[in-house]
Amino acid sequence: MYRDTILKKFKPTLENLLYILHDLQDNNPQRYVAPEDVQACADYLNVPYSYVHSVAGFYTMFSLKPRGRNIIRLCESPPCHLMGSKSLLDYLKGTLNVDVGGTTKDGMFTLELTSCLGVCGVAPAMMLNEDMYGNLTPERVDDILKKRREEL
Amino acid sequence: MNLVRNHVLISIDAGTIMSGARAVEKALIEEIEKQGLSEEISVLETGSVGATGQGVIIVVYPEGVYYANVTVHDVPELVEEHLLKGRPLKRLILSEIPKQHIIKKGKSGLLKEQPRIVLKNSGVINPESIDEYIASGGYEAIAKVFTMKPEAVIEEMKHSGLIGRGGAGFLTGMKWDFARQAPGTPKYFICNADEGEPGTFKDRLILEGDPHKLIEGMIIGGYAVGANEGFVYIRGEYSLSIERLEKAIAQARAYGLLGDNILESGFSFDINIMKGGGAYVCGEETALIESMEGKRGHPRYKPPYPVVEGFRRKPTVVNNVETLANVSEIILNGAAWFRGYGTEKSPGTKVYTIIGHVSTPGLIEAEMGTTLRDIIFEYAGGIKDGKKFKGALVGGAAGAFIGPEMLDVPMDFINLKEYSAVLGSGAILVMDETTDIVGMLQSVLHFFKHESCGHCIPCRLGTAQLAKIIDRIASSKGTREDVDVMLKMSDVMRDTSFCPLGQSLYLPISSSLKYFKDEIMARAQ
Repeated sequence: MYRDTILKKFKPTLENLLYILHDLQDNNPQRYVAPEDVQACADYLNVPYSYVHSVAGFYTMFSLKPRGRNIIRLCESPPCHLMGSKSLLDYLKGTLNVDVGGTTKDGMFTLELTSCLGVCGVAPAMMLNEDMYGNLTPERVDDILKKRREEL
Repeated sequence: MNLVRNHVLISIDAGTIMSGARAVEKALIEEIEKQGLSEEISVLETGSVGATGQGVIIVVYPEGVYYANVTVHDVPELVEEHLLKGRPLKRLILSEIPKQHIIKKGKSGLLKEQPRIVLKNSGVINPESIDEYIASGGYEAIAKVFTMKPEAVIEEMKHSGLIGRGGAGFLTGMKWDFARQAPGTPKYFICNADEGEPGTFKDRLILEGDPHKLIEGMIIGGYAVGANEGFVYIRGEYSLSIERLEKAIAQARAYGLLGDNILESGFSFDINIMKGGGAYVCGEETALIESMEGKRGHPRYKPPYPVVEGFRRKPTVVNNVETLANVSEIILNGAAWFRGYGTEKSPGTKVYTIIGHVSTPGLIEAEMGTTLRDIIFEYAGGIKDGKKFKGALVGGAAGAFIGPEMLDVPMDFINLKEYSAVLGSGAILVMDETTDIVGMLQSVLHFFKHESCGHCIPCRLGTAQLAKIIDRIASSKGTREDVDVMLKMSDVMRDTSFCPLGQSLYLPISSSLKYFKDEIMARAQ
């Protein structure tokens, strides 16, 4: 069971909770912290299920809902806003046919918003999984999504 | 022995990587080999050179020629023209880069360029090589500090007048002194690298460009306060920073600069990295500590302050990345030298990220007391496309809007307060004449609504209501009363919110009304 392998990497102290959650989420095929993950974590650290759930729910980087194979996180902070992220958001919603937090029907992309990514020099910016993309325009977004679909 | 004729520096940071810097680097090395130049030309990685939004950046030394927007297709021509035939490739030359020096204004009004302090090595050395850091004078301050008593180190820091660069503006030497004198062991030394203030990426570029400087600052701090364990709490999104810092820590351990009995001094210190979960409020030091303990990042009651009761309820220092990057230079050159920079009450320099509608956005280091006019026009090439300056948002979302009348006010931590503005994180978002202020304020207020942690009522409800009101005004359905309520509500939040997050909204709201009242009122009829 892969969950046990992950848990065993860490000492069972509460201070490792964020680390464990990062690791469990990264290894979940649906890219979220599943109820099974929360339970395994709670058992391992000897805390209630509700405790782990509340911590995972607090931080933006963790999702308690299943997500698509790729996660788009568009920056909505003031610097990106100034450079036009609002119209990009409308474009992304339209082209993917999802709302913020939603996943495309084919399970390929989940659209999320994020706070400042710290690449404001190339605003507007977004992350696709671990990769950052800047100086975005609708055309560039199309290219990025198309390339990603082809890679899979 | 082969003599290297040219050094080619390629900037590898989060910004250039997205433009394909790794592929260009690979192509460059292959092309140099193909043209038989491998023994004469060396390709080196470095951190950000300060320019952002200009694609892949390459610098060729000794000429010091900067190339921007370099693609894999340009590489053969670049190698043949510049590196083989010695003719710089004009079409790719970057004419304007953000200033790589601190501009000092003499009494006579003459400008003089001075080397940088915090960004001394950024974009110059290879951040993944401890040897290059040592060759540029790195870790010398450690050797010096071990000949001093910890109390003397703290005294030196106090004399330097270094103010914490995280935004709260507390004297670093005082903080260290409180932690040293606080009862209870062990003590902890934490670096706050949870950079989340919108528009700010200075800490990321320091971490990516010169991670050893941070480690050195932490060792000195640990020695001064009597802590043997250090942590860097870093944003989970900063993957390259985490990677570079991990490498740097491993190298420092291998050289005996971290671990037991460092340099036979009898002092032991080690550093571990904690990865954050993406919560703006965790930049607040007590929330950060809660998060490190595996809890929701809610701020704690203060007092007791972390210097008395912090991580694991023990005395803990929490310092910002930029603050710590100043420490080794102060120890090495002395407090008096440091005071030679900046203003009486805010000595030293400040690292700014200057972005938005400017010609050359990027990272700069300027003396405290430099005016916004100089920062925009001397350092960042002026307003983009020849447009007019309308205003700026200084200090991030928790900062203040300012108008043209503030352009000539010397900026430092103390002076800006007199004008009801703040330096904060050092983010400067420049807006040209076409900018819609209501839209900007809307973006700021929605940011706070999202980041409010929900712990206290004024902030949880207030941020949500303010977002609703500004949406109304933005869609021209608001009234004058809405504007009054917005100001009043944020004022109450300033008085009653539990932590700085909820207290912050008053500043952007009141300042936008101070400078752009007519524009906002016109939308709220």
